[in-house]
Formats: sequence, C-alpha cells, structure tokens
Amino acid sequence: MAILEVQNLRKSFGSTLVLDDISFSMEKGDVLSMIGSSGSGKTTLLRCLNFLERPDAGIIRVNGETLLDASAASASDFQRNIRLKRLHFGLVFQSFNLFPQYTALENVMLAEKLLAKEQPDWKEHKSSRLQEIRAHAESLLADMGLQDRMNNYPHQLSGGQCQRVAIARALALNPDILCFDEPTSALDPELTGEVLREIRGLAARRTTMIIVTHEMAFARDVANHVIFMDRGKICEEGTPEEVFSNPQQERTRQFLSNYAHQ
Amino acid sequence: MSFGEQLPIVFSALNTGFLQTLRLFLVTLVCALPLGMLLALGEMSRLRLLRTVIKTVVWAVRGSPLMIQLLIIFYFPGLVFNTPLWGSGESGRFAAAAVAFVINYACYFCEIFRGGIQGIPVGQEEAGLVLGMKPVQIFFRVKLLQVIKAILPPISNEIITLVKDTSLARIIALQEIIWAGQAFMKGSRGISGAIWPLFFTGIYYLAFTGLLTLLFGRLEKKLSFFR
Repeated sequence: MAILEVQNLRKSFGSTLVLDDISFSMEKGDVLSMIGSSGSGKTTLLRCLNFLERPDAGIIRVNGETLLDASAASASDFQRNIRLKRLHFGLVFQSFNLFPQYTALENVMLAEKLLAKEQPDWKEHKSSRLQEIRAHAESLLADMGLQDRMNNYPHQLSGGQCQRVAIARALALNPDILCFDEPTSALDPELTGEVLREIRGLAARRTTMIIVTHEMAFARDVANHVIFMDRGKICEEGTPEEVFSNPQQERTRQFLSNYAHQ
Repeated sequence: MSFGEQLPIVFSALNTGFLQTLRLFLVTLVCALPLGMLLALGEMSRLRLLRTVIKTVVWAVRGSPLMIQLLIIFYFPGLVFNTPLWGSGESGRFAAAAVAFVINYACYFCEIFRGGIQGIPVGQEEAGLVLGMKPVQIFFRVKLLQVIKAILPPISNEIITLVKDTSLARIIALQEIIWAGQAFMKGSRGISGAIWPLFFTGIYYLAFTGLLTLLFGRLEKKLSFFR
C-alpha cells in the first residue's frame, strides 16, 4: 500500500491557480525529488501536505487513511484533528525556523515533551519519560553529527548546523514522511554539502522523504523518483534517469539546460 | 528660616508627595500592562467589530492630551450626571487619576505588544504548528519570550515616560511630588516664597528613572542569551 497518495490537489491564491490537479503517490522508503522553477508550486504543495495551507480540492491519504478530502471537508472539518494529521508529516524549512531561546537539544525535545504531557499517565512516569525524550533527542542530534553542539543556542551555530538541528527536530516525532523545502537555499556551498550529506544518510536509512530543491545533482542521485513541476502542474515525472537524462517534455529540457553548466 | 532649617521640612513634604507619585506609577503599571495585552489581543482578533472599536479607542486616547483626559475623567461624572463618582478628597482624586493613567498607558502598551507579537517571524508559528503544537503552546512556549525581548526597549521608554507623566495629576490637585514642591511657593509648614523645593523634585525623578534604567539594563542583559 502506498504510504502517501495525493489525488487531484488544487489550490489557488485569489485568482492565481498555484496547484493544478496534482496527483502522485509514494511507497514507504521512497525519496521523491521535486524540482522546478520558483513559483511553480513546489513549496505550496509541501505546505498543503503539512496542513499549513488548505487545498481547494483534492485528497491526501497516508497509509490508506484519508487525512483530507477537500471536496467533502468544510473549514471546520479541515481544522478538526489537524494537529494529529500534521504529525504524519515533518517539515524542514528553508530558513530553519529554530526556536532561538532554546538550545539545540531543547529545540528537538520541545514538541515531544509537550505531546507527552498530554498523556494521562504523564504525572506518574514524568521523570522516566523525560529521560527517554532526552535520550531520543540526543541520539537524533548525534546522528546529525551534533553531539558537541547540543547545548548551543541557534545563534551560536552555523547555518548548516542549524539546518541539521532542524532535521533532528522534525525527526523527533517520527513522521511518516519528511518534507524538505529548499533546505540548502540559505546556505553557502560548503554548508550545503554538510546538510546534503545528512539527507543522503537519511535516504540510506530508508527514510521516506519529499525534497524540494534547486540542487540538481543532489536531486538526481538522492531520489528514486523525480517530479518536475511547471506552473502548478506536474509537467514530467519518472526515475531520475528518465527525467534528467531523457526528458520527454520541451519545458523540462529547457529548465534543465539552465543547470547544464554547473 | 535658614536653608539648613528648611531642608528637613522640605524633605519630609517631598517624600510624602513622592510616595503618592510612586503609588500612581505602580497602580498604572500593574493594571495597564495586562489591560494593554488584552487590548492587543483584541486588536488582532478575527472579530472586525472588536478590532474597529479598539482601534478607535486607541486613536482617541493616544491622540488627545493625557491632561485633558485627566480633567474629563475627574470632572465629567460630577458635572454631567451629578454623581460624585470619585468620592471626595485625596482618595477620590487618586482613583480618578489612576483610571485616566491606566486607560492612557494601556493604549500605548497595546500598540507596543501588538507590534512585538506581529514582529515575530511567521516561521516560528509554522514551525510550532508542523510539530503538532497548539496555538496556545506556541504563544507561551515559543513566541512570548521573543516578544518580551523585542519590546523591552520600547516598554522601558514608556515606563520612564510614565514616571514623569504622573506629574500631570497635579492638574486635578493630586498631592504628588510636584504639588508638594509647589506648596512651598505660596507657603506651607512655615516656608513661603521658596521655589527651590520645586526644582529639587527633579532629583527625585532622576534618581527613580536612574534606578529603572539600571533595572531594564539588567533585564536586557538577562535576555541576551539568545538572538
């Protein structure tokens, strides 16, 4: 069964159609690269999946469970259980959006701690639960190569380190699908390398991911599926080999030629 | 009476006056800060009517002199409705002054709070939402400390202005420190025609605002662990 099915997703801002009939699906462990020029709708698609935007039409299904059926749902249906629906997805932002007043470790622990507090047995198992959450956060940060920076505040970290903290933070709640919205666009080439290395590591560990990126070489070799978006539509999709080496659409060729000299 | 003999008499009178100044300052601060926060939340509410009402009140209060507001609040109930709402004597004058100051400062605080809250990057809210946090949790766990850090300089400005603005209550004869200093010009406690006590009140204001400046400096330093 597909871990994610998106059917006929449509979204407009005012009279501008940003997502036009988007459908695709992913299997567990898939890594999907999403490429396309700015304004083609990639970011809006990720924001719809994370329920930061409400689609006008379409269906989002995770593990067979329909999280959103926009044609059936009213605004209040959309809001209902929206927190729990969101937890199926993680999102890593272009600008990190770490919480500045918390250390790297606290950033990773915060959401899990708040969720644990909602459990009825929180009070009895408080100290052991806190220890678990802390150990979990520490191991996630260590996986990201940040064992020495756990107690640093975001402003004491480089952009690459911040983004790796943000990845650990997104992983803390064990999302089914981890989304990246241009995770390296705010970084210089050196820092980009260290972030991409960690994302490659996640791919090697079979983390299901959707990656919006302008790093074409990375998009090509990290993914097993590539979607090229143009003006709100899926213009072309296929294996990296198909899309990058043998694009069928003129628009895809045109887009990729801009990156040919890199 | 020699200067040396005047000094303790003036001091004691000014101290009494300053106590009233301090009381007005504290009551205003304690009430206007939360009221300002409520107004700010109202101004950001989804209810258009509420927003419009608050914006209009804030405009009226910030757009007219505090001295006029003091006079209206103090005299209006008695003149128009014939009810001495504020009671007589010093306690009545204090109550009227406190109400005027609280309303006035709440409106200024409201705009500072709103600016501070809306100034937090929207990414902070979105990061919290994506992590399954409730809006209330995002406000208290994520945004509040950042808001406090951001508004500390304008708030300290406003609070220091408040210290000096309390002197406006002199217009309804509240016996604060300016009133106490001025009394020695016409004559009080055996001293008359002395203007230096009025000048001397400046030292009290300087000392108090100096103390507040140190306090806010310390607070800012405390919050400098993050950016």
